Amino acid sequence: MRVPLWKIAHARSGDKGDRADIGLFAWDAPTYAVLKREVTTGRVQEHFKAMCDGPVELWPLDNLLALKIVLNRALQGGAARSLRMDNLGKAVAAQLLRMEIDAPADLPRLRPK
Amino acid sequence: MKSVRIGAGLGFYGDSWRPVRASIERGGVQYIASDHLSELTLAILQKDRQKDASAGYARDGLPMLLELWPLAARHGVKFVLNAGGLNPEGAREAIARAFREKGWNATIATVTGDAVLERFDELVAAGEALAHMDTGAALDAVRSRMLFANAYLGAQPVVRAFEQGADIVLTGRVADAALSLAPIVHELGWKWDDWDKLALGLTVGHLLECSGQGSGGNFGSAEEWAAIPDYAHLGYPIAEVSAEGSALLTKAPGTGGRVCFDTLRQQLLYEVHDPHAYASPDVVLDMGTLRFDDQGGDRVKVTGASGAPRPAKLKVVGGYHDGWMGTGMIGFAWPQAYAKCETAARTIRTLVAERGWPVEDMNVEYIGYDSLLGANADPTHRDELNECFLRMAIRTQDRKVADAYGRLFPWLGLSGPPYVGSMKGVQGAKELLGIWPTLVRRELVESKMVVGVERT
Repeated sequence: MRVPLWKIAHARSGDKGDRADIGLFAWDAPTYAVLKREVTTGRVQEHFKAMCDGPVELWPLDNLLALKIVLNRALQGGAARSLRMDNLGKAVAAQLLRMEIDAPADLPRLRPK
Repeated sequence: MKSVRIGAGLGFYGDSWRPVRASIERGGVQYIASDHLSELTLAILQKDRQKDASAGYARDGLPMLLELWPLAARHGVKFVLNAGGLNPEGAREAIARAFREKGWNATIATVTGDAVLERFDELVAAGEALAHMDTGAALDAVRSRMLFANAYLGAQPVVRAFEQGADIVLTGRVADAALSLAPIVHELGWKWDDWDKLALGLTVGHLLECSGQGSGGNFGSAEEWAAIPDYAHLGYPIAEVSAEGSALLTKAPGTGGRVCFDTLRQQLLYEVHDPHAYASPDVVLDMGTLRFDDQGGDRVKVTGASGAPRPAKLKVVGGYHDGWMGTGMIGFAWPQAYAKCETAARTIRTLVAERGWPVEDMNVEYIGYDSLLGANADPTHRDELNECFLRMAIRTQDRKVADAYGRLFPWLGLSGPPYVGSMKGVQGAKELLGIWPTLVRRELVESKMVVGVERT
Protein backbone atom coordinates (compact mmCIF):
# COMPACT_ATOMS: atom_id res chain seq x y z
CA MET A 1 0.00 0.00 0.00
CA ARG A 2 1.03 3.66 -0.43
CA VAL A 3 2.00 5.23 2.89
CA PRO A 4 3.18 8.76 3.64
CA LEU A 5 6.37 8.77 5.67
CA TRP A 6 4.81 10.76 8.52
CA LYS A 7 2.77 7.69 9.49
CA ILE A 8 5.81 5.49 10.02
CA ALA A 9 8.83 7.72 10.67
CA HIS A 10 10.09 10.94 12.26
CA ALA A 11 12.56 13.49 10.92
CA ARG A 12 14.53 16.67 11.68
CA SER A 13 16.29 18.94 9.22
CA GLY A 14 18.85 21.74 9.34
CA ASP A 15 21.29 23.70 7.21
CA LYS A 16 25.02 23.86 6.54
CA GLY A 17 26.01 26.35 3.89
CA ASP A 18 23.91 25.63 0.78
CA ARG A 19 22.99 22.13 1.98
CA ALA A 20 19.77 21.12 3.64
CA ASP A 21 20.21 17.94 5.65
CA ILE A 22 17.62 15.57 7.05
CA GLY A 23 17.69 12.75 9.55
CA LEU A 24 14.86 10.28 8.85
CA PHE A 25 14.13 7.81 11.66
CA ALA A 26 12.07 4.64 11.70
CA TRP A 27 10.13 4.04 14.91
CA ASP A 28 10.95 0.32 14.69
CA ALA A 29 13.23 -2.18 12.95
CA PRO A 30 10.71 -3.58 10.40
CA THR A 31 9.96 -0.05 9.24
CA TYR A 32 13.66 0.74 8.97
CA ALA A 33 14.09 -2.14 6.52
CA VAL A 34 11.29 -0.67 4.39
CA LEU A 35 12.74 2.86 4.53
CA LYS A 36 16.12 1.55 3.51
CA ARG A 37 14.59 -0.14 0.48
CA GLU A 38 12.08 2.53 -0.60
CA VAL A 39 13.62 5.89 0.29
CA THR A 40 16.26 6.09 -2.42
CA THR A 41 18.31 9.05 -3.63
CA GLY A 42 16.26 9.00 -6.82
CA ARG A 43 12.92 9.20 -4.98
CA VAL A 44 14.17 11.98 -2.73
CA GLN A 45 15.61 13.90 -5.68
CA GLU A 46 12.24 13.75 -7.42
CA HIS A 47 10.39 14.82 -4.25
CA PHE A 48 12.59 17.91 -3.86
CA LYS A 49 13.08 18.77 -7.53
CA ALA A 50 11.53 22.23 -7.04
CA MET A 51 14.11 23.32 -4.48
CA CYS A 52 17.20 21.11 -4.76
CA ASP A 53 19.57 21.95 -7.64
CA GLY A 54 22.34 19.52 -6.70
CA PRO A 55 22.70 15.81 -6.05
CA VAL A 56 21.05 14.02 -3.12
CA GLU A 57 23.28 11.97 -0.84
CA LEU A 58 22.01 9.25 1.48
CA TRP A 59 23.57 7.08 4.17
CA PRO A 60 21.69 4.30 6.01
CA LEU A 61 22.64 3.88 9.68
CA ASP A 62 21.53 0.47 10.94
CA ASN A 63 22.55 1.28 14.53
CA LEU A 64 20.18 4.27 14.61
CA LEU A 65 17.39 2.86 12.39
CA ALA A 66 17.96 6.02 10.41
CA LEU A 67 18.71 7.45 7.00
CA LYS A 68 20.92 10.53 6.74
CA ILE A 69 19.90 12.54 3.69
CA VAL A 70 21.70 15.59 2.30
CA LEU A 71 20.23 17.87 -0.36
CA ASN A 72 23.03 19.75 -2.10
CA ARG A 73 22.42 23.25 -3.46
CA ALA A 74 18.99 23.41 -1.89
CA LEU A 75 19.04 26.67 0.10
CA GLN A 76 19.43 29.37 -2.57
CA GLY A 77 23.12 29.65 -1.71
CA GLY A 78 22.72 29.46 2.07
CA ALA A 79 20.61 30.76 4.92
CA ALA A 80 21.96 34.31 4.87
CA ARG A 81 21.38 34.88 1.18
CA SER A 82 18.15 32.91 0.83
CA LEU A 83 14.95 34.81 0.09
CA ARG A 84 12.75 32.09 1.59
CA MET A 85 10.73 32.18 4.80
CA ASP A 86 12.34 28.84 5.68
CA ASN A 87 15.86 30.05 4.98
CA LEU A 88 17.27 27.61 7.56
CA GLY A 89 15.62 24.55 6.05
CA LYS A 90 13.94 23.64 9.33
CA ALA A 91 10.71 22.56 7.60
CA VAL A 92 12.46 20.51 4.91
CA ALA A 93 11.98 17.45 7.13
CA ALA A 94 8.23 18.11 7.16
CA GLN A 95 8.33 18.19 3.36
CA LEU A 96 10.05 14.80 3.36
CA LEU A 97 7.43 13.33 5.69
CA ARG A 98 4.85 14.03 2.96
CA MET A 99 6.61 11.65 0.59
CA GLU A 100 4.70 8.42 -0.10
CA ILE A 101 6.33 5.02 -0.38
CA ASP A 102 5.21 1.43 -0.89
CA ALA A 103 5.01 -0.30 2.46
CA PRO A 104 3.44 -3.49 3.81
CA ALA A 105 0.17 -2.85 5.67
CA ASP A 106 1.34 -4.81 8.72
CA LEU A 107 4.12 -2.44 9.79
CA PRO A 108 3.79 -1.84 13.57
CA ARG A 109 2.68 1.76 13.17
CA LEU A 110 0.05 0.88 10.57
CA ARG A 111 -1.75 -1.73 12.63
CA PRO A 112 -5.05 -0.58 14.19
CA LYS A 113 -4.43 0.73 17.72
CA MET B 1 35.90 5.42 37.54
CA LYS B 2 36.37 9.18 37.22
CA SER B 3 33.65 11.09 35.42
CA VAL B 4 32.62 14.65 34.62
CA ARG B 5 29.19 16.24 34.12
CA ILE B 6 28.71 18.82 31.38
CA GLY B 7 25.53 20.83 30.93
CA ALA B 8 24.36 22.52 27.76
CA GLY B 9 24.27 26.30 27.79
CA LEU B 10 22.82 28.31 24.96
CA GLY B 11 22.34 26.78 21.51
CA PHE B 12 22.44 30.04 19.54
CA TYR B 13 22.84 33.82 19.95
CA GLY B 14 19.56 34.83 21.57
CA ASP B 15 18.72 31.49 23.20
CA SER B 16 17.43 31.37 26.80
CA TRP B 17 19.76 30.68 29.74
CA ARG B 18 16.88 30.20 32.16
CA PRO B 19 17.00 26.36 31.83
CA VAL B 20 20.72 26.40 32.72
CA ARG B 21 19.78 27.33 36.30
CA ALA B 22 18.11 23.94 36.86
CA SER B 23 21.17 22.13 35.46
CA ILE B 24 23.37 23.92 38.00
CA GLU B 25 20.97 23.76 40.97
CA ARG B 26 19.99 20.14 40.69
CA GLY B 27 21.67 18.62 37.62
CA GLY B 28 25.05 18.18 39.27
CA VAL B 29 26.92 19.78 36.37
CA GLN B 30 30.54 20.88 36.76
CA TYR B 31 30.78 22.77 33.47
CA ILE B 32 28.39 24.68 31.23
CA ALA B 33 29.28 24.65 27.52
CA SER B 34 27.48 27.49 25.80
CA ASP B 35 27.27 27.95 22.03
CA HIS B 36 26.46 31.49 20.90
CA LEU B 37 27.69 31.31 17.30
CA SER B 38 25.80 29.80 14.41
CA GLU B 39 27.47 29.67 11.01
CA LEU B 40 26.70 33.32 10.26
CA THR B 41 26.40 34.96 13.67
CA LEU B 42 29.83 36.43 13.07
CA ALA B 43 28.28 38.54 10.30
CA ILE B 44 26.00 40.21 12.85
CA LEU B 45 28.94 40.75 15.19
CA GLN B 46 31.01 42.21 12.35
CA LYS B 47 28.36 44.89 11.85
CA ASP B 48 28.45 45.66 15.58
CA ARG B 49 32.22 46.01 15.45
CA GLN B 50 32.10 48.34 12.46
CA LYS B 51 29.99 50.71 14.53
CA ASP B 52 32.02 50.30 17.73
CA ALA B 53 35.54 48.83 17.81
CA SER B 54 35.05 47.64 21.40
CA ALA B 55 32.01 45.54 20.38
CA GLY B 56 31.92 42.45 18.14
CA TYR B 57 31.16 39.85 20.78
CA ALA B 58 27.85 38.13 21.55
CA ARG B 59 26.06 40.46 23.94
CA ASP B 60 24.17 37.72 25.75
CA GLY B 61 27.30 36.27 27.41
CA LEU B 62 27.51 39.02 30.03
CA PRO B 63 23.86 39.03 31.20
CA MET B 64 23.93 35.22 31.30
CA LEU B 65 26.99 35.24 33.56
CA LEU B 66 25.63 38.08 35.71
CA GLU B 67 22.55 36.02 36.41
CA LEU B 68 24.18 32.61 36.80
CA TRP B 69 27.62 33.29 38.25
CA PRO B 70 26.70 33.58 41.96
CA LEU B 71 24.87 30.24 41.73
CA ALA B 72 27.62 28.68 39.62
CA ALA B 73 30.34 29.85 42.01
CA ARG B 74 28.49 28.28 44.96
CA HIS B 75 28.33 24.98 43.07
CA GLY B 76 31.88 25.20 41.69
CA VAL B 77 30.60 25.28 38.10
CA LYS B 78 32.83 26.61 35.30
CA PHE B 79 31.83 28.02 31.94
CA VAL B 80 33.14 27.74 28.43
CA LEU B 81 31.40 29.95 25.90
CA ASN B 82 32.18 31.09 22.39
CA ALA B 83 30.46 34.41 23.09
CA GLY B 84 33.78 36.15 22.41
CA GLY B 85 32.76 36.17 18.76
CA LEU B 86 35.10 38.46 16.82
CA ASN B 87 36.42 40.13 19.95
CA PRO B 88 36.98 37.69 22.84
CA GLU B 89 39.27 40.16 24.63
CA GLY B 90 36.61 42.87 24.43
CA ALA B 91 34.12 40.41 25.90
CA ARG B 92 36.56 39.58 28.69
CA GLU B 93 37.08 43.25 29.51
CA ALA B 94 33.33 43.84 29.71
CA ILE B 95 32.76 40.79 31.90
CA ALA B 96 35.78 41.49 34.13
CA ARG B 97 34.61 45.09 34.63
CA ALA B 98 31.14 43.97 35.60
CA PHE B 99 32.51 41.27 37.94
CA ARG B 100 34.80 43.81 39.68
CA GLU B 101 31.87 46.17 40.19
CA LYS B 102 30.03 43.32 41.91
CA GLY B 103 33.11 42.32 43.89
CA TRP B 104 33.11 38.85 42.33
CA ASN B 105 36.35 36.89 41.98
CA ALA B 106 36.86 34.80 38.89
CA THR B 107 39.64 33.79 36.54
CA ILE B 108 38.55 34.63 33.03
CA ALA B 109 40.48 33.34 30.01
CA THR B 110 40.27 34.09 26.32
CA VAL B 111 41.19 31.99 23.32
CA THR B 112 42.08 33.97 20.19
CA GLY B 113 43.67 33.26 16.85
CA ASP B 114 40.65 32.04 14.92
CA ALA B 115 40.16 35.29 12.96
CA VAL B 116 42.07 34.93 9.71
CA LEU B 117 40.59 37.49 7.28
CA GLU B 118 43.38 39.97 7.96
CA ARG B 119 45.90 37.17 7.37
CA PHE B 120 44.64 36.14 3.91
CA ASP B 121 47.73 37.50 2.09
CA GLU B 122 49.98 35.59 4.43
CA LEU B 123 47.95 32.39 4.04
CA VAL B 124 47.96 32.68 0.25
CA ALA B 125 51.72 33.28 0.35
CA ALA B 126 52.03 30.10 2.43
CA GLY B 127 50.37 28.16 -0.40
CA GLU B 128 46.70 28.13 0.61
CA ALA B 129 44.36 28.88 -2.31
CA LEU B 130 41.39 29.50 0.01
CA ALA B 131 39.10 28.22 -2.74
CA HIS B 132 35.48 27.36 -1.87
CA MET B 133 35.70 23.84 -0.43
CA ASP B 134 32.45 22.63 -2.04
CA THR B 135 32.38 24.37 -5.42
CA GLY B 136 36.12 24.89 -5.96
CA ALA B 137 35.46 28.54 -6.90
CA ALA B 138 38.45 30.86 -6.62
CA LEU B 139 38.64 33.37 -3.79
CA ASP B 140 39.16 36.39 -6.09
CA ALA B 141 35.48 36.65 -6.96
CA VAL B 142 34.46 37.47 -3.38
CA ARG B 143 37.60 38.57 -1.59
CA SER B 144 36.93 42.33 -1.70
CA ARG B 145 33.44 41.72 -0.27
CA MET B 146 34.54 39.39 2.55
CA LEU B 147 33.35 40.62 5.95
CA PHE B 148 34.85 38.01 8.23
CA ALA B 149 36.68 34.69 8.00
CA ASN B 150 37.32 32.52 11.03
CA ALA B 151 38.86 29.12 11.51
CA TYR B 152 37.15 26.52 13.65
CA LEU B 153 39.61 25.90 16.49
CA GLY B 154 39.53 22.69 18.49
CA ALA B 155 39.45 21.85 22.18
CA GLN B 156 43.19 22.11 22.88
CA PRO B 157 43.44 25.86 23.56
CA VAL B 158 40.37 25.68 25.80
CA VAL B 159 42.01 22.90 27.81
CA ARG B 160 45.12 25.10 28.15
CA ALA B 161 42.90 27.84 29.55
CA PHE B 162 41.44 25.48 32.15
CA GLU B 163 44.96 24.28 33.01
CA GLN B 164 45.80 27.90 33.80
CA GLY B 165 42.98 27.99 36.33
CA ALA B 166 40.21 29.55 34.27
CA ASP B 167 36.70 29.59 35.72
CA ILE B 168 35.30 31.13 32.55
CA VAL B 169 36.77 30.56 29.09
CA LEU B 170 35.70 32.94 26.34
CA THR B 171 36.45 31.92 22.80
CA GLY B 172 35.75 33.17 19.33
CA ARG B 173 35.10 30.57 16.66
CA VAL B 174 35.68 27.14 18.15
CA ALA B 175 34.01 24.00 16.82
CA ASP B 176 30.68 23.90 18.68
CA ALA B 177 31.26 20.42 20.07
CA ALA B 178 34.78 21.33 21.21
CA LEU B 179 33.20 23.53 23.88
CA SER B 180 32.13 20.31 25.62
CA LEU B 181 35.06 18.16 24.51
CA ALA B 182 37.52 20.53 26.21
CA PRO B 183 36.30 20.18 29.81
CA ILE B 184 35.87 16.42 29.26
CA VAL B 185 39.48 16.01 28.15
CA HIS B 186 40.67 18.38 30.88
CA GLU B 187 38.93 16.47 33.67
CA LEU B 188 39.47 12.92 32.43
CA GLY B 189 43.02 13.36 31.19
CA TRP B 190 42.39 11.79 27.80
CA LYS B 191 45.25 11.74 25.31
CA TRP B 192 44.99 13.77 22.10
CA ASP B 193 45.51 10.63 20.03
CA ASP B 194 43.02 8.41 21.85
CA TRP B 195 40.69 8.73 18.89
CA ASP B 196 37.80 6.58 20.11
CA LYS B 197 37.55 8.47 23.40
CA LEU B 198 37.81 11.83 21.67
CA ALA B 199 35.09 10.63 19.29
CA LEU B 200 32.84 9.89 22.27
CA GLY B 201 33.56 13.36 23.60
CA LEU B 202 32.73 14.85 20.23
CA THR B 203 29.47 12.90 20.20
CA VAL B 204 28.59 14.35 23.59
CA GLY B 205 29.45 17.85 22.44
CA HIS B 206 27.28 17.46 19.37
CA LEU B 207 24.37 16.21 21.48
CA LEU B 208 24.68 19.25 23.79
CA GLU B 209 25.50 22.06 21.36
CA CYS B 210 21.91 22.86 20.35
CA SER B 211 20.54 23.22 23.89
CA GLY B 212 16.88 22.12 23.97
CA GLN B 213 17.14 20.19 20.71
CA GLY B 214 19.00 17.51 22.67
CA SER B 215 16.18 17.08 25.16
CA GLY B 216 12.92 17.06 23.25
CA GLY B 217 12.76 20.50 21.67
CA ASN B 218 12.00 20.65 17.93
CA PHE B 219 11.18 16.94 18.01
CA GLY B 220 10.34 16.53 14.33
CA SER B 221 7.33 14.24 14.20
CA ALA B 222 3.74 14.18 13.03
CA GLU B 223 2.06 13.69 16.39
CA GLU B 224 4.58 12.64 19.01
CA TRP B 225 5.85 16.21 19.55
CA ALA B 226 2.65 16.82 21.52
CA ALA B 227 3.70 14.20 24.09
CA ILE B 228 6.89 16.09 25.02
CA PRO B 229 6.16 17.24 28.60
CA ASP B 230 6.19 20.86 29.79
CA TYR B 231 7.86 22.86 27.02
CA ALA B 232 7.73 25.92 29.32
CA HIS B 233 10.28 24.34 31.66
CA LEU B 234 12.18 22.21 29.17
CA GLY B 235 15.50 21.18 30.71
CA TYR B 236 18.67 21.38 28.65
CA PRO B 237 20.63 18.15 28.17
CA ILE B 238 23.35 17.07 30.57
CA ALA B 239 26.06 14.47 29.92
CA GLU B 240 27.95 12.49 32.53
CA VAL B 241 31.07 11.26 30.77
CA SER B 242 33.15 8.43 32.20
CA ALA B 243 36.90 8.17 31.79
CA GLU B 244 36.67 4.82 30.00
CA GLY B 245 34.76 6.43 27.14
CA SER B 246 31.01 6.24 27.70
CA ALA B 247 28.40 8.85 28.50
CA LEU B 248 25.05 9.03 30.22
CA LEU B 249 22.76 11.65 28.67
CA THR B 250 20.09 13.09 30.95
CA LYS B 251 18.62 16.39 32.19
CA ALA B 252 17.90 17.97 35.56
CA PRO B 253 15.14 16.32 37.61
CA GLY B 254 11.78 18.08 37.55
CA THR B 255 12.33 19.78 34.19
CA GLY B 256 10.26 19.44 31.04
CA GLY B 257 11.34 17.89 27.78
CA ARG B 258 12.54 14.35 27.18
CA VAL B 259 15.88 12.62 26.81
CA CYS B 260 15.35 9.31 25.04
CA PHE B 261 16.66 7.33 22.06
CA ASP B 262 14.32 9.18 19.70
CA THR B 263 15.11 12.74 20.79
CA LEU B 264 18.85 12.03 20.96
CA ARG B 265 19.18 10.38 17.56
CA GLN B 266 17.41 13.36 15.98
CA GLN B 267 20.05 15.65 17.48
CA LEU B 268 22.90 13.25 16.65
CA LEU B 269 22.28 13.49 12.91
CA TYR B 270 21.33 17.19 12.95
CA GLU B 271 23.40 19.33 10.58
CA VAL B 272 25.74 16.43 9.85
CA HIS B 273 26.94 15.60 6.34
CA ASP B 274 28.66 12.20 6.01
CA PRO B 275 27.80 10.47 9.32
CA HIS B 276 30.78 8.14 8.90
CA ALA B 277 33.21 11.05 8.76
CA TYR B 278 31.91 13.82 11.03
CA ALA B 279 34.99 16.01 11.06
CA SER B 280 36.06 18.23 13.92
CA PRO B 281 39.45 19.85 14.57
CA ASP B 282 40.24 17.20 17.20
CA VAL B 283 38.97 13.93 15.76
CA VAL B 284 36.82 12.49 12.97
CA LEU B 285 33.79 10.60 14.27
CA ASP B 286 32.10 7.58 12.69
CA MET B 287 28.53 7.58 13.98
CA GLY B 288 27.90 4.15 12.49
CA THR B 289 29.18 2.27 15.54
CA LEU B 290 27.48 4.30 18.29
CA ARG B 291 25.10 2.47 20.64
CA PHE B 292 22.26 4.17 22.51
CA ASP B 293 20.92 2.27 25.50
CA ASP B 294 17.68 3.95 26.59
CA GLN B 295 17.32 3.18 30.30
CA GLY B 296 14.06 5.10 30.66
CA GLY B 297 13.49 8.02 33.02
CA ASP B 298 15.35 10.46 30.75
CA ARG B 299 18.57 8.46 30.90
CA VAL B 300 20.36 7.16 27.82
CA LYS B 301 23.79 5.54 27.83
CA VAL B 302 25.96 6.26 24.80
CA THR B 303 28.89 3.98 23.93
CA GLY B 304 30.76 2.63 20.93
CA ALA B 305 32.18 5.80 19.37
CA SER B 306 34.82 5.25 16.68
CA GLY B 307 37.33 7.95 15.96
CA ALA B 308 39.85 8.52 13.19
CA PRO B 309 42.82 10.90 13.38
CA ARG B 310 42.13 14.62 13.27
CA PRO B 311 42.30 16.32 9.86
CA ALA B 312 45.46 18.07 8.68
CA LYS B 313 43.43 21.15 7.70
CA LEU B 314 41.06 23.31 9.67
CA LYS B 315 37.79 24.54 8.25
CA VAL B 316 37.51 28.29 7.82
CA VAL B 317 34.14 29.92 7.20
CA GLY B 318 33.98 33.37 5.70
CA GLY B 319 30.99 35.54 4.96
CA TYR B 320 30.81 38.02 2.07
CA HIS B 321 28.40 40.72 1.01
CA ASP B 322 26.06 39.30 -1.63
CA GLY B 323 23.50 41.98 -2.42
CA TRP B 324 20.36 43.18 -0.68
CA MET B 325 16.97 41.68 0.03
CA GLY B 326 13.78 43.69 -0.29
CA THR B 327 10.67 42.20 1.33
CA GLY B 328 6.99 43.01 1.12
CA MET B 329 4.03 41.33 2.75
CA ILE B 330 0.26 41.72 2.66
CA GLY B 331 -2.54 39.50 3.98
CA PHE B 332 -6.08 38.89 2.80
CA ALA B 333 -9.12 37.37 4.51
CA TRP B 334 -11.62 34.91 3.00
CA PRO B 335 -13.25 34.78 0.47
CA GLN B 336 -10.74 33.82 -2.21
CA ALA B 337 -7.80 34.77 0.00
CA TYR B 338 -5.31 32.83 -2.12
CA ALA B 339 -6.62 34.22 -5.41
CA LYS B 340 -6.34 37.75 -4.04
CA CYS B 341 -2.75 37.09 -3.01
CA GLU B 342 -2.06 35.89 -6.56
CA THR B 343 -3.56 39.06 -8.00
CA ALA B 344 -1.52 41.19 -5.61
CA ALA B 345 1.61 39.27 -6.66
CA ARG B 346 0.91 39.91 -10.35
CA THR B 347 0.33 43.57 -9.59
CA ILE B 348 3.63 43.92 -7.75
CA ARG B 349 5.48 42.14 -10.57
CA THR B 350 4.03 44.67 -13.00
CA LEU B 351 5.04 47.62 -10.84
CA VAL B 352 8.58 46.26 -10.50
CA ALA B 353 8.87 45.65 -14.25
CA GLU B 354 7.57 49.14 -15.09
CA ARG B 355 10.19 50.68 -12.86
CA GLY B 356 12.95 48.74 -14.60
CA TRP B 357 14.56 47.82 -11.31
CA PRO B 358 17.60 45.50 -11.46
CA VAL B 359 16.05 42.50 -9.68
CA GLU B 360 18.13 39.30 -9.84
CA ASP B 361 15.71 36.94 -8.10
CA MET B 362 12.16 37.08 -6.84
CA ASN B 363 10.72 34.61 -4.35
CA VAL B 364 6.93 34.45 -4.03
CA GLU B 365 5.38 32.66 -1.07
CA TYR B 366 1.86 32.30 0.25
CA ILE B 367 2.00 32.24 4.05
CA GLY B 368 -0.68 29.91 5.34
CA TYR B 369 -0.34 27.80 2.23
CA ASP B 370 3.18 27.06 0.96
CA SER B 371 5.81 29.27 2.62
CA LEU B 372 7.26 26.38 4.62
CA LEU B 373 6.34 23.35 2.52
CA GLY B 374 7.11 24.83 -0.89
CA ALA B 375 6.17 22.61 -3.81
CA ASN B 376 5.18 19.89 -1.35
CA ALA B 377 2.23 21.93 -0.04
CA ASP B 378 -1.08 20.12 -0.48
CA PRO B 379 -3.31 22.22 -2.80
CA THR B 380 -6.57 20.49 -1.80
CA HIS B 381 -8.01 23.37 0.25
CA ARG B 382 -6.07 26.21 -1.33
CA ASP B 383 -9.13 28.04 -2.57
CA GLU B 384 -11.00 27.87 0.74
CA LEU B 385 -8.32 29.25 3.05
CA ASN B 386 -9.65 31.42 5.87
CA GLU B 387 -6.81 33.80 5.24
CA CYS B 388 -3.57 33.97 3.32
CA PHE B 389 -0.52 36.23 3.37
CA LEU B 390 1.53 37.09 0.33
CA ARG B 391 5.25 37.47 0.93
CA MET B 392 7.48 38.48 -1.95
CA ALA B 393 11.23 38.93 -1.55
CA ILE B 394 13.73 40.18 -4.11
CA ARG B 395 17.50 40.06 -4.41
CA THR B 396 19.20 43.12 -5.90
CA GLN B 397 22.65 44.69 -5.80
CA ASP B 398 21.04 48.11 -5.36
CA ARG B 399 20.27 48.94 -1.74
CA LYS B 400 17.93 51.78 -2.70
CA VAL B 401 15.84 49.41 -4.81
CA ALA B 402 15.61 46.94 -1.92
CA ASP B 403 14.38 49.79 0.31
CA ALA B 404 11.91 51.15 -2.25
CA TYR B 405 10.51 47.69 -3.02
CA GLY B 406 8.88 47.25 0.39
CA ARG B 407 7.09 50.56 -0.02
CA LEU B 408 5.12 49.21 -3.01
CA PHE B 409 2.95 47.08 -0.77
CA PRO B 410 0.94 49.44 1.52
CA TRP B 411 -0.62 51.06 -1.56
CA LEU B 412 -2.42 47.78 -2.24
CA GLY B 413 -4.52 48.36 0.91
CA LEU B 414 -6.67 51.00 -0.76
CA SER B 415 -6.08 50.23 -4.42
CA GLY B 416 -5.89 46.42 -4.51
CA PRO B 417 -8.14 43.42 -3.78
CA PRO B 418 -10.43 43.61 -0.70
CA TYR B 419 -10.21 42.59 2.99
CA VAL B 420 -6.56 43.25 3.66
CA GLY B 421 -4.82 42.82 6.97
CA SER B 422 -1.26 43.09 8.23
CA MET B 423 -0.58 46.72 7.33
CA LYS B 424 2.16 46.82 9.92
CA GLY B 425 4.73 49.04 8.31
CA VAL B 426 7.37 48.62 5.66
CA GLN B 427 10.46 46.42 5.83
CA GLY B 428 13.70 48.04 4.73
CA ALA B 429 16.62 46.54 2.83
CA LYS B 430 18.42 43.64 4.50
CA GLU B 431 22.00 42.80 3.63
CA LEU B 432 22.50 39.34 2.14
CA LEU B 433 25.59 37.32 2.87
CA GLY B 434 27.20 34.52 0.96
CA ILE B 435 29.10 31.91 2.88
CA TRP B 436 32.65 30.87 1.97
CA PRO B 437 33.84 27.61 3.52
CA THR B 438 37.47 26.77 2.85
CA LEU B 439 40.38 24.83 4.35
CA VAL B 440 43.70 25.94 5.83
CA ARG B 441 46.64 23.86 7.09
CA ARG B 442 46.15 23.77 10.82
CA GLU B 443 49.67 24.82 11.77
CA LEU B 444 49.17 28.14 9.96
CA VAL B 445 46.28 28.89 12.33
CA GLU B 446 47.40 27.17 15.50
CA SER B 447 50.77 28.92 15.56
CA LYS B 448 48.83 32.16 16.21
CA MET B 449 46.52 30.86 18.93
CA VAL B 450 46.81 32.77 22.19
CA VAL B 451 45.35 31.94 25.58
CA GLY B 452 45.03 35.03 27.79
CA VAL B 453 44.09 34.98 31.48
CA GLU B 454 42.79 37.72 33.78
CA ARG B 455 41.72 37.57 37.44
CA THR B 456 39.00 39.78 38.87
